[in-house]
Amino acid sequence: MSARTLPLLFLNLGGEMLYILDQRLRAQSIPGEKARKVMNDIITTMFNKKFMEELFKPQELYSKKALRTVYDRLAHASIMRLNQASMDKLYDLMTMAFKYQVLLCPRPKDILLVTFNHLDAIKDFIRDSPNILNQVDETFRQLIDMYSCLSAGEFQLIRQTLLIFFQDMHIRVSIFLKDKVQNSNGRFVLPISDHYLLFKRVEFTNGGNYISPQREGSFDLYGDRVLKLGTNMYSVSRPVETHMSGASKSLASHTKENAAPNPLAKEELNFLARLMGGLEIKKPNGSEPGFRLNLFTTDEEEEHAALTRPEELSYKVINIQATQDQQQNEELARIMGEFEVTDQPRQSTSKGDDLLAMMDEL
Amino acid sequence: SLLSTSPFFPLLYVTANYPMLAATAPFPPFQASWCVLPSRVLLVLTSQKGIQMYESDGSIMVYWHALDVLEPPPAQAVFARGIAAASGRFICVGTSSGLVLVFDIPSKGTNITLSEVLQEHRDSITDIASEVGENPDGAADLVTADDSGALCVWRSKEEFSLLTKISAFGWTCSSVKLWNGVIAAGYGNGQIRLYEATSGALRATVSAHARWIYALDVAPLTGKLLSGAEDSYVQIWKLSRSPDTGDIEIEHCHSECVTDTQLCGARFCDPEGNSFAATGYDLSEIVRYGQV
Repeated sequence: MSARTLPLLFLNLGGEMLYILDQRLRAQSIPGEKARKVMNDIITTMFNKKFMEELFKPQELYSKKALRTVYDRLAHASIMRLNQASMDKLYDLMTMAFKYQVLLCPRPKDILLVTFNHLDAIKDFIRDSPNILNQVDETFRQLIDMYSCLSAGEFQLIRQTLLIFFQDMHIRVSIFLKDKVQNSNGRFVLPISDHYLLFKRVEFTNGGNYISPQREGSFDLYGDRVLKLGTNMYSVSRPVETHMSGASKSLASHTKENAAPNPLAKEELNFLARLMGGLEIKKPNGSEPGFRLNLFTTDEEEEHAALTRPEELSYKVINIQATQDQQQNEELARIMGEFEVTDQPRQSTSKGDDLLAMMDEL
Repeated sequence: SLLSTSPFFPLLYVTANYPMLAATAPFPPFQASWCVLPSRVLLVLTSQKGIQMYESDGSIMVYWHALDVLEPPPAQAVFARGIAAASGRFICVGTSSGLVLVFDIPSKGTNITLSEVLQEHRDSITDIASEVGENPDGAADLVTADDSGALCVWRSKEEFSLLTKISAFGWTCSSVKLWNGVIAAGYGNGQIRLYEATSGALRATVSAHARWIYALDVAPLTGKLLSGAEDSYVQIWKLSRSPDTGDIEIEHCHSECVTDTQLCGARFCDPEGNSFAATGYDLSEIVRYGQV
């Protein structure tokens, strides 16, 4: 599929993540200074120059595992910590939100406007930090360079690549259920009434364009995007919950993905290593005490969510362990040195996790 | 039997006869189509790696054509897309670079050869259609469409010759059909356009859908036309020619909404167009409709 999809996937998911974290930081009454620091640290890490360079190289999308690991690291780029259950919920919300946006884009090129909406909001989060602002603007310009002249057909291919990535994900999000954009079976509602203006109209002529153009969103660095998809839906602070039960009807396909041997595992690893190499993780020092963010309303809820999460929905996060032969695996070892080991023991899977097996062979 | 040509894999097979094929297809198929030739039927699959042709029961792969894959991957995607049988002896397959590969198919066996490469398109091929109705001698029998929305009309005898080119108007032509000298083209903006195949003249523009049209199909015995789009609708139309003027006409017959589903594949299930089936994104079913 399209080798130009990863930057859009990463930036939009990152944008959703920041919306959710921002909302939870306020809901949990984290002091303004701390909250700003967390947002700044994460955004700085996200837009790191080396990281962006790797991201923008033409490449295929890799597995959900690999991407989930990147966001794990990103969420922990500052003094904030998240338990597994909260991280799972965060990722569920991020992915379902972006899936919804991709699905509902009226035209294939609108995916770029969705991305710009996310970037506009990110710039607003760090408007008081000129350095980071520059980094984000730089990425903005890279996006404009890379995507502005793509044809509708190429954008449609990008859109299809994204939709395949999100296929069979039907986690119910309470904010979507409340707004009636998602059904109780987890499928999104496709509006058919509002833009059905020219239904069945036939013209027997030798041409002539009679379709009046709607107001076009801006594809520039600044401007009114017009499209609402990709803007912060949490700014009216509403609690977000996810429902795990009955979320994925096509369990067969989901378990197949986890159990079947993955011939790309080794390349995935190399990709991760390169990507992580660009991520500079700050460690909390003594003067900045860390804190734990909870995506649920209470600790008990979080615990309960961890215990009751269905097996087929567990994200099998890659547990990077340094191998014995450091020379053979310099890059990963270096990354290990930079990452802080979290208190929370990661759930490494028992059956068929080929990435772990592959890593033992490295 | 029906074969889903959805761009979203896993590929769905209606008949239970091909579980072997589903298990052994090495790369996720982009597109699949049965090519009916006088002496044999071949199943053609396209992917990012290349083109595979199988005997119709899926038992043997009779031909493999690899696409040049560069390492590291180029920014421009590489794939084959657009499959049609032509003139009773060729199978034509399009590529992402705009080439149309013409394969010469013997009446049996594996001695399939690439006999010609058509180089009129500059953008990725989206669809190819061969004439499924009456074909008066010397008339057009193949149409190729691309990402930019341009169409090429061909006549194939021993070799292919370009009859006419139809310019793009700014939207991708996602699917195309050819019936009784009428080209029906579906576009990314939801329009269907009808052209005279021999001259390329535009005869009608239909605002058929609110979103990207993914599928067109024509029932050869009646001229019924089916369009399926991302707006979740299947529309059924009737193509005809006025007996007095010979002008192309189209009328709307039926609408069907597959609730909350962005359709990505739709086909008639019989040559008269009395029944049709559709499938869509995130749908693990093929929904079938029939006239009662």
